[in-house]
Amino acid sequence: MAQVIRSPKTYDVCIIGSGAAGGTAAKVLTEGGLNVVMLEAGPLLNPEKDFKEHVWPYQLPHRGAGVGGRASADFGEFLAPNGSWDIEGEPYTVAPGSRFRWFRSRIEGGRTNHWGRIALRFAPVDFKARSTDGMGDDWPITYEDLAPYYDKVESYIGVFGTKENVSSAPDGVFLPPPKPRCTETIIKKSCDKLGVICIPSRLAILTQPHNDRPACHYCAQCGRGCISASNFSSSQVMIPPAQKTGRFTLMTGVMAREIVVGKDGKAEAVSYIDKSTRTEKKIYAKAFVVGASACESARLLLNSKSSLFPDGIANSSGVAGRYLTDSVGSSGFGHFPQLAKVPAHNHDGVGGMHMYMPWWKFDRKNEFLRGYHIEFGGGREMPGVGGFNGICEDYEGYGTALKQKCRDLYGTFIGFAGRGEMIPNEQSYCEIDPDVVDEWGIPVLRFHWQWSDNEIKMARDMQETFRDIVETAGGTYYWRVSSDGPNPYGISDGGVIIHELGVVRMGNSPKTSVLNGYCQAHDVKNLFVTDAASFVSNPDKNPTLTIMAVSWRASEYLLDQAKKGSL
Amino acid sequence: MSSGISRRNILKSLTIGAAATSVLRVIPAQAAEYAHHMIAAEKAATKAYAPKFFNAHDYKTLQALCETIIPADSDSGGAVEAGAPEFIDLLTSENTEYQRIMGGGLLWLDSTCSDRYDKAFLDCSPAQQKEILDKIAYRNNALSDLSLSQGVEFFSFLRNMTADGFFTSEIGIKYLGYIGSAFLKEWPGCPPVPGV
Repeated sequence: MAQVIRSPKTYDVCIIGSGAAGGTAAKVLTEGGLNVVMLEAGPLLNPEKDFKEHVWPYQLPHRGAGVGGRASADFGEFLAPNGSWDIEGEPYTVAPGSRFRWFRSRIEGGRTNHWGRIALRFAPVDFKARSTDGMGDDWPITYEDLAPYYDKVESYIGVFGTKENVSSAPDGVFLPPPKPRCTETIIKKSCDKLGVICIPSRLAILTQPHNDRPACHYCAQCGRGCISASNFSSSQVMIPPAQKTGRFTLMTGVMAREIVVGKDGKAEAVSYIDKSTRTEKKIYAKAFVVGASACESARLLLNSKSSLFPDGIANSSGVAGRYLTDSVGSSGFGHFPQLAKVPAHNHDGVGGMHMYMPWWKFDRKNEFLRGYHIEFGGGREMPGVGGFNGICEDYEGYGTALKQKCRDLYGTFIGFAGRGEMIPNEQSYCEIDPDVVDEWGIPVLRFHWQWSDNEIKMARDMQETFRDIVETAGGTYYWRVSSDGPNPYGISDGGVIIHELGVVRMGNSPKTSVLNGYCQAHDVKNLFVTDAASFVSNPDKNPTLTIMAVSWRASEYLLDQAKKGSL
Repeated sequence: MSSGISRRNILKSLTIGAAATSVLRVIPAQAAEYAHHMIAAEKAATKAYAPKFFNAHDYKTLQALCETIIPADSDSGGAVEAGAPEFIDLLTSENTEYQRIMGGGLLWLDSTCSDRYDKAFLDCSPAQQKEILDKIAYRNNALSDLSLSQGVEFFSFLRNMTADGFFTSEIGIKYLGYIGSAFLKEWPGCPPVPGV
């Protein structure tokens, strides 16, 4: 390799990663007056060229299935770029006996280009897990600490929803919600009968013009990326205001390898690989914000070994990589004969559910600790590859009868997905694989994973609830899970829900945590990790909104410390 | 598309993807895009579709099977008009597992017809064709006659792909009555329907 090239200038802050955490930090720090450089491992995003919004399946030769039909495993060809369960040249490994998958993006904006836009606040009790039930740990911050930042994030990005006063799902600053689809009307009625709370969902999609972005046009294709930026992505909503300040430099195609410690024990530079030239370079800054996605952030810290930090920078506690969690996922679907009576109509709506069920059994003792929420959707969606496999396999045969059966049953199914809280355990963690490096020469992660009984009981409860909701609505539930095997009650493999987090957690004690409540490393005060690696627990709410609130709060603190000269 | 991507490299990356760690596969975005351009260009140039994987005989059999699975009727055209055979040929040409199931399946069908009727499937009478298809179109038949199980696997796979090809086509989407992918100013919600 060529000699390491030193960058000519020292930035105020270097941010690693351009997703929800990095984008938020870039906006807050540049608008606060700091000079910021951001490192992104993938290319620039070009929405007009990259997004397949409003493309019909027949306009692509592969009809959305991708080359060799393989894109179906990565959510299809229509997904906004980019994301994959495997990145060529950048492997990860899974320890024997563990089942774990890791979905990664390498592009400006990261996974926020195609995320589900579900924007839920954590509840007060979520920050006090150990005080509540004795398991896991409390956060060093409370809901009240974070609430003003939830307000700021929601006010800026735009989230629809309704005030409901449900204690497990705090209300926020909301735009009006869209009206329910037919599928949602049916499920809401069933939930009302069962005493299951079913309320308008909270999604980061604009139901009216907001901060110079136009309102949604209801094509249901948020996952493909939105050319009008009517939903939230870091690339279209956080990075543009940073660029407007003139104090922002975005470097793409660069893979951070190591955070370098100076003689004074502070972080002084990031060593990175310039992918286009395969050369290693260094960039200097006065402070560093890591937001590479939780496990990539842990990997970067663990790979930053020095005589001062032999186990990785800021890792004197040995906690980096530990406490890995993902959401508990289990899903199923039902058939609803009344949907066959619904005339053909535009059923699209926004790119996601208009209603959902927050955790509703918080007022009673359950067979498991913590809770879950339910997402659901279906009906007359745009037909896609794989969408008729179930009908073909159930009814078999061929000919006009099969063709008509497909039409009769089209739009009569509703799918349900539970998303529950996993309690961190000793068997679930990531570490550096001693034997494997990626194509940039950077040691890769090895994952260890195990669900506990609590999560499996939760998955069973999800299945029973789905069945109750479907049957109460007069439908037929397809119970297709078994109580044993590697995925009891349909529990997802680790990482599959793509809420993997917690591996560089915050806490009050430097002995049991890497970061303080401001995402600042206990050991290295000019180093911050502001993505979901910092989370102490993984409540039954999708993490992205909280990533932005935590990153916003950490960035304001960083700004304040920089102004005081105390970094 | 970035420079320096050759057809050879694309094909190489696709085969590596298929062989990589069991459940995990990679489709480099640029490879997918390259393949789109490749087929679009070929279609534009030649008009008639030249099969990429199947030989002329097998492709004819494939077309006949697709149309039998989803035929034209008074409401719409069938799987051939919907482009299902092209779609199946394209994906099969890119996936060695599909090649085993589809390529092997068509050979199985012809040799089975040859054993039973002394003719390839296409040369069989309509009654003979119906007889063999009625055997492999239902899983239960393979429980009582194990010699049918390969045919059943093949037909089930082909039926799924034919449905994919038909229902993602312009005529298939119209047949289903999907209305959407539009630009709406307001979201109207569910229309009034008794019982919903």
